Amino acid sequence: MPRNELTMTEGSESAAAAGFDRSLLLTPGRDLAGYLGRGIGWVLLTTVACASVMAVMLIFVFIFKEAWPFLTGGRVMEFFGSTAWYPARDDEFGALSLFAGSAYATAGATLIAGLLGVSAAVFLSDIVPFRIRQILKPVVEILAAIPSVAYGFFALLVVAPWMQDTLGFTTGTNILNVTVMLSIMAVPTVVSIAEDALTAVGRNLREGAYAMGCTRAETLVKVVIPAAHSGIIAAVILGMMRAIGETMLVWMASGNAAQVPSPWWDLSQSVRTVTATIAGEMGETERGGVHYHALFALGLLLLTITFGLNLVSEYFLRRTRRRQGTGG
Amino acid sequence: MMRKLQMVAMALLVTAAAGVATAESEGEQRQQIQIEGSNTVGPIMRGFAEAFMEANPNVNVTVKATGSGDGAAALVDGRCDVAAMSRFMRMSEFLKALENDVMPVAHTIAMDGICVVLHPSNPVGELTMDQIKGIYTGDITNWRQLGGVDMQIVPLSRDTNSGTYGVFSNIALDDDRMSSGVEYVASNQQMHQRVSSTQGAIGFVGVGFLDREVKAVRLDGVLPNRRTIATAEYPLVRALYVWTNGYPKLGSMLHRFVAFYLTEAGQDIVEEKGFVPLTNY
Repeated sequence: MPRNELTMTEGSESAAAAGFDRSLLLTPGRDLAGYLGRGIGWVLLTTVACASVMAVMLIFVFIFKEAWPFLTGGRVMEFFGSTAWYPARDDEFGALSLFAGSAYATAGATLIAGLLGVSAAVFLSDIVPFRIRQILKPVVEILAAIPSVAYGFFALLVVAPWMQDTLGFTTGTNILNVTVMLSIMAVPTVVSIAEDALTAVGRNLREGAYAMGCTRAETLVKVVIPAAHSGIIAAVILGMMRAIGETMLVWMASGNAAQVPSPWWDLSQSVRTVTATIAGEMGETERGGVHYHALFALGLLLLTITFGLNLVSEYFLRRTRRRQGTGG
Repeated sequence: MMRKLQMVAMALLVTAAAGVATAESEGEQRQQIQIEGSNTVGPIMRGFAEAFMEANPNVNVTVKATGSGDGAAALVDGRCDVAAMSRFMRMSEFLKALENDVMPVAHTIAMDGICVVLHPSNPVGELTMDQIKGIYTGDITNWRQLGGVDMQIVPLSRDTNSGTYGVFSNIALDDDRMSSGVEYVASNQQMHQRVSSTQGAIGFVGVGFLDREVKAVRLDGVLPNRRTIATAEYPLVRALYVWTNGYPKLGSMLHRFVAFYLTEAGQDIVEEKGFVPLTNY
């Protein structure tokens, strides 16, 4: 008995120190607080999650609402059929020259960034030693963190004068300038995603190919790249979206002349893109006027295109994920 | 616990009472000057307001820069004391003001000059207003047509939402449309940069952006400088106004504010914002 008492006191002392003697039953107050806390937390997080979805929906609704008066105003034929963009005084809204500008810049940037980015991704995933890859990939990804206005300054202060002095172009802010700068901006996106896709192909396929007697080049071209093609396509599309939506750089580097280049292959002419038009003209326009609604129609078109591209890239990314799932 | 609460309540009461007291004592002497109007004149007005409030702590100046038309409407409705405008009042606005027993009086506070500039290597040194119009509407495309070397002209304009664009298009082009080959830049700095680095370029900047890297041309025989802009001998100029209801009582705070452009500090602010002052200290 005394022995028992002794151990009890010792035990209770150490238990008190560790907090074990606390009642396991919660007081009603604590019970309620915990219950409410959980409920409030759930409601709060759900609201935040819904708010972001709602925000996206509301943006769609808002832009559509503001573009509607223009779309129903009987000017749609002119919008898609004419190249004369004189919104300020003459009220001519031929957006074809703007579409041409965006198309030139985006197509050129996608082409260059696609070729450059995919080759870089192949190099990083299959050719360079792993340790160097661990250094190089973050460096490439840092390129994505440089603000676009910094690229714009570079295009304006370095690339444009260089093009005039060395290549002999009459104007340095032109299709070539904007294309090259945009592709540099889009490369990190392409490299990052394409490299992930290539790495995900896995050792077994590669070693299988080597076992069949393929050289390294054959393995890459005939096995690894075809196996990762979904991911590579998704990477290029995401790079393209970066180029379409870019505004600040394009505004500074493209020259903003609302014209369709003629002849069409002359890349030394300046163009005006849809994004730069919205950015440059929204400030001055009269709220509720035709011009205002026309700019929203441009925005709606842009939103539709990027949304469509996003769906396509999502489809391809999902396909890679599924394939990895069945393969692994 | 109770003591703490009491102390908090006391502290709140004291601060509230103090707040009421200061508000009352300030209400007696603190004067309001409300300014509304032009975006272009806005920076000058803000500069004036800051300097004026520093010199006269009992005056509170608020500046709202939305547009010249808004300024005129606010003055007519008595919603502001000073309307800043980058254009003269229209007859319709004036008549509306008279109907409301408001007599608008203009005070010219500064001049805004737009200098046409070329690359320093360009031998062309003089242009007429008709030639400027020809270049920007696309009729003249080569410097050879203007007595220069065989080189394509690269016409540059400010974005259509800038006041500078408005004046240029209004005075030089009679509001005709610019040709589709005209390139647009977003700021005076960008314009200066593009012109100084492009051999065939022609552009226009505020007088504050003239230096050795760009070459200002004579327009109709007049070189842009402070004197020719202040006297409007140079063709691409406009006056910047502020408007009051009647001429303010001499010596009143409003009068002193409206005449601030006559002071040395006022002249410095006008120059600093890139406009041409009417005084010469």
